Amino acid sequence: MSDAPIGDPSPVGNPSPVGDPSPVGDPVSQPQAPSPAPASNGDRRALMEVRHLQVLFPVKSGLIIDRTVAHVHAVDDVSFTLTEGETLGVVGESGCGKTTLIRTLVRLIDATGGQIRFRDRDITRASRRAMQPIRRDVQMVFQDPQASLNPRKRISQILATPLKLRGVPNDQVETESRRLLERVGMRAEHLSRFPHEFSGGQRQRIGIARALAVNPKLILLDEPVSALDVSIQAQVINLLDELQDDLGLSYVFVAHDLSVVRHVSDRIAVMYLGKMMELSPSEELYTKPIHPYTSALLAAIPIPDPKENRERTRTKVVGEVPSPIDPPVGCRFAGRCPRATDICREVEPQLTEYAGGHAAACHHPQNVTAQEIAAATRSPLSPLHSGEQMPTHTA
Amino acid sequence: MSFSGSDIQAELAFAAQSAQGEEPPGEQPGIGPYRLAWRRLRRNRVAMVFGVIFILLVILCLLAPIYSQDVAHIGPNTGNLTGQIKVGGKLEYVLSLQGIPIGPTWDIHHYFLGADTNGRDVAVRLLYGGRSSLYIGVVAMLITMVLGTMLGIIAGYFRGWIDAVISRVNDLVWSYPAVLLGITLGTVLNVRGLWIFHSTTLLTTALVVGFVYIPYVVRPIRAQVLTLREREFVDAARQQGLGNIRIMFGEILPNVASTIIIFVPLMLANAILLEAALSFLGAGVQAPNSSWGTMIGAGLQVFPGAFHTVLAPGVMLVLAVMSVNIFGDGLRDALDPRSKAAI
Repeated sequence: MSDAPIGDPSPVGNPSPVGDPSPVGDPVSQPQAPSPAPASNGDRRALMEVRHLQVLFPVKSGLIIDRTVAHVHAVDDVSFTLTEGETLGVVGESGCGKTTLIRTLVRLIDATGGQIRFRDRDITRASRRAMQPIRRDVQMVFQDPQASLNPRKRISQILATPLKLRGVPNDQVETESRRLLERVGMRAEHLSRFPHEFSGGQRQRIGIARALAVNPKLILLDEPVSALDVSIQAQVINLLDELQDDLGLSYVFVAHDLSVVRHVSDRIAVMYLGKMMELSPSEELYTKPIHPYTSALLAAIPIPDPKENRERTRTKVVGEVPSPIDPPVGCRFAGRCPRATDICREVEPQLTEYAGGHAAACHHPQNVTAQEIAAATRSPLSPLHSGEQMPTHTA
Repeated sequence: MSFSGSDIQAELAFAAQSAQGEEPPGEQPGIGPYRLAWRRLRRNRVAMVFGVIFILLVILCLLAPIYSQDVAHIGPNTGNLTGQIKVGGKLEYVLSLQGIPIGPTWDIHHYFLGADTNGRDVAVRLLYGGRSSLYIGVVAMLITMVLGTMLGIIAGYFRGWIDAVISRVNDLVWSYPAVLLGITLGTVLNVRGLWIFHSTTLLTTALVVGFVYIPYVVRPIRAQVLTLREREFVDAARQQGLGNIRIMFGEILPNVASTIIIFVPLMLANAILLEAALSFLGAGVQAPNSSWGTMIGAGLQVFPGAFHTVLAPGVMLVLAVMSVNIFGDGLRDALDPRSKAAI
């Protein structure tokens, strides 16, 4: 995956009809010129475009008749573009909306607002019938391999369902299932077993085989390795890597473990309280985090050497994550941010694009020079209600 | 994105080794939950014995016409008010002058278990009555299980107003004691007739008994489905594009199957008992058909004098219900060893 271009993946300047980066009709005027699209990925087509996606869960209360009293802002105005063959890592702490985000992408949860486009087709509100061909291209691997396999079905039955959906004739289902199992590094004899007869890693391989059964283009991975122990994690991740190389898959890889995501991803999106904080080429996120929240996350990665661990300076974050029912105005992170000023508490920061396809939503970015800020532009993917102030340089 | 660094390489090699070590030996196919349950059940000797007893009872009752025609040479409804039979060499009246029926002769050809107040052969009627009781029990149990399971799955799966409607109606039915509701429905339906059926059909009683017990199945199934529908394999199925019907009956139903199987013998026992109660009170099987319940009811008129007319069907009833219940307990232990729940 390291060969994948890590340039700006936004389709601006792309010759394909996906050229308009915000097909929803972005009401925010764009005084800046569109961001310079690097030519490096001009041949890569956009696979999935997510624009201003919003998922609100109603909070109901009432004795007999439920009234909606508030909303949980699980995903609040998130936009990104996924190109073919790319792996997008999504990180953030528990409850930041990662899982809701990808469940919405496969329509397990309906979006409240915004748009999801898969290969130029709007699938945000597509009916079950209209979703049918898209379900063949977009698959999901779930977090808990134990819970995601029906305990009363043999592996052959679990794999047969998607194979039949793909239209594999009945007499070929078994050979095809064998091939799938061998593809994910298991033996064909395992077909007649039940899920409880396997270890966690094997179960997750079966989950991956089930996703592969329909020949998908995109696999959404919801913390696929967080339920496995470290050595098995490595195996599963290497398997995913291998499959991507062989089959040209795209991944959206959700995780809370930053070191796992680092190895997997071409680009990484950092989420906090339903908002996208930073979107960066994978290595650059670790070497040059722009958003203070990102550096706080990175500082939380333990270093094996205790001496080194003690000596490093960390961005310390105090306080608790605010309630997603009543999120703060302005920057969601402002209340806990060491760099926050008044503007952070009043104006929601725009998504600012820096050189090399690195974008961050912060008024006081770090690790960037005044020149870099001057060269930066407002991203067309900025949240709808964000301010238009360019970030200020602070040492 | 492959891992680099010698420590990770070593870890991978170790993991590969241990993964091979974990591999269960042999290539035999996986053992399903039902085969495991069957193995446990077979080891439970008490349950197996009572299961066999129940099966023997069923076979015996199915053989009723053969016994009636070829052995006893008397029909189940053939009365004999004035006749005499030979018992141990001397002639005795089937009905004494006081109207007390003759007791068991222990002669398999004539009034093996004695006569009833109409001079009918108790043994023959016992087998025919058993046929009615078991028929009603099985049909009622099927009605209860099929409707109860479907309503429970639908309510638990869809939640919302569908669940509210099903659950409230359920509570309404449950709020009446089963026997009282059965008597009311049974009396009304037997007097007025049920649509196309004649009022004397056994199906009327089966419908009443089956209906009364539906809530007992709906509730536990619904509760189980409520938790199952949140499991990720349901999301996985939905994500594959399966519709509600296929998810409910293809994915969720197999997971409540063991509960359903456990309910089958318990509901069968309950249905047989309720049928007996209703028939005893005259709200169930109607004359001239017989069932164990009607036989006990009729025998009660001559109870102290000819207690065999009450005892014989009573013993059969106890035997049938007890064997089903004990077998059902064993079945529950085999299918769900952790559960100690009873109905």
